Amino acid sequence: MNNISIILRRELSAYFATPVAYVFIVIFLVLSGALTFHLGGFYERGQADLAPFFNFHPWLYLFLVPAISMRLWAEERKSGNIELLLTLPITMAEAVIGKFLAAWLFTGIALVLTFPLWISVNYLGDPDNGVILAAYIGSLLMAGGFLAIGSCISATTKNQVIAFIISVVICFAFLLSGFSIVLDFFRAWAPQVVVDAIASLSFLTHFSSISKGVIDLRDIIYFISLIAFWLYANIVIIDLKKAS
Amino acid sequence: MIEIEKLTKRFGLFTAVDSVSFDVKPGQVLGFLGPNGAGKSTTMKMITGFLAATSGEVRVCGHKVEGDARDAKRVMGYLPEGAPSYGEMTVAQFLSFIADVRQLKGAMRKQRTDIVIDQLNLHAVINQPIETLSKGFKRRVGMAQAILHDPQVLIMDEPTDGLDPNQKHEVRELIKGMAEDKIVIISTHILEEVDAVCSRAIIIARGRIVADETPKSLLARSPSGKLDDVFREITCAEVCS
Repeated sequence: MNNISIILRRELSAYFATPVAYVFIVIFLVLSGALTFHLGGFYERGQADLAPFFNFHPWLYLFLVPAISMRLWAEERKSGNIELLLTLPITMAEAVIGKFLAAWLFTGIALVLTFPLWISVNYLGDPDNGVILAAYIGSLLMAGGFLAIGSCISATTKNQVIAFIISVVICFAFLLSGFSIVLDFFRAWAPQVVVDAIASLSFLTHFSSISKGVIDLRDIIYFISLIAFWLYANIVIIDLKKAS
Repeated sequence: MIEIEKLTKRFGLFTAVDSVSFDVKPGQVLGFLGPNGAGKSTTMKMITGFLAATSGEVRVCGHKVEGDARDAKRVMGYLPEGAPSYGEMTVAQFLSFIADVRQLKGAMRKQRTDIVIDQLNLHAVINQPIETLSKGFKRRVGMAQAILHDPQVLIMDEPTDGLDPNQKHEVRELIKGMAEDKIVIISTHILEEVDAVCSRAIIIARGRIVADETPKSLLARSPSGKLDDVFREITCAEVCS
């Protein structure tokens, strides 16, 4: 436990030691604001909620989260630091979890900094703050899912650009699998069980129900187990590929 | 005490280290010699627990490196090839991170940190980001990291590679100055270095040990009195055949 927090602190301070953290946070805040007001029609809808804000999160994360996760292990491998890190008296699991949690905490910080929107909507109307809180939790869980995928992919390569692109593609697949276009394609020939299975893998399906204020244990279990699966794969991949 | 038994590492069909066995006793400074690609680094990576052996076993101070990894890693200090470190951290931050991981606390932590900063002459750069340092300083930061917890076993992969003659001299003095009950393993292809600091030399070629003796007796083998000639003779007999 102690080792995880040591890795976490080092990793988190590395974000802020370089411009990465500030660039990410500024871009995230600007984009999420712009999308909410311009594409989401925050004012025009005339409703006191943050749905137009949260609806864009899956798409924002699709590009921004892999930009955070791409360096997690790819850089470590490229610089040769992985050899130093893994010969220190810590386990591989501690290193993987510590790095993941640092990235997750970092996206959490970016998410918390969107609080002016929450203040605005409370100033303008009388929103259901329970729903908003649930949506924040859902958004954070979804970011964790994206990050776990990105962290695992980052471990497969020394090249951050490759890590970024492959992570985006895989995350995109996880998003798309909830879309009716994709599901209709499968519905035409596959049994309902398969269609349901594909739909249930989607980030969108699980995120949209949480963001409507319904905190279903199944959705939370989905995200937690997704994170656990990808982090486990992350450990296995580092073990297999660290020699190369 | 390091005990290595029939250590083997294969990458696909290629055998990088082929059933290597040897022991290193406290007080020995072992020089690991060999041509590039002979398996020196791979052996060191297996001793330090970075790579898993295909077969065979390494025990460091009684701890199996595979199985009892954490305890084995605790007693070792390791300088990987090229002395990697986190470039965006300052020297002080980096050493503090290593001290955290090595669980150095309180007065002990301060004392050890001050000692290694002194030993490696890092005062001038202590608050500089590591990526802005010269190669020699980066190497010294890597060494500081390796000896910070005053390890029983110190393993260094090409510690003097790319350093200027003065820096090489300093590194050698440091190795010589390590307490007498410690185990030091260094890899190098600079032969004078073996003569200067090592009490024992192992020459490895094509993943096998081809010589294991004192630098003096190696020297005695050569009619010309040059280690270079002995080295070429031994390793070439293996590689060129």
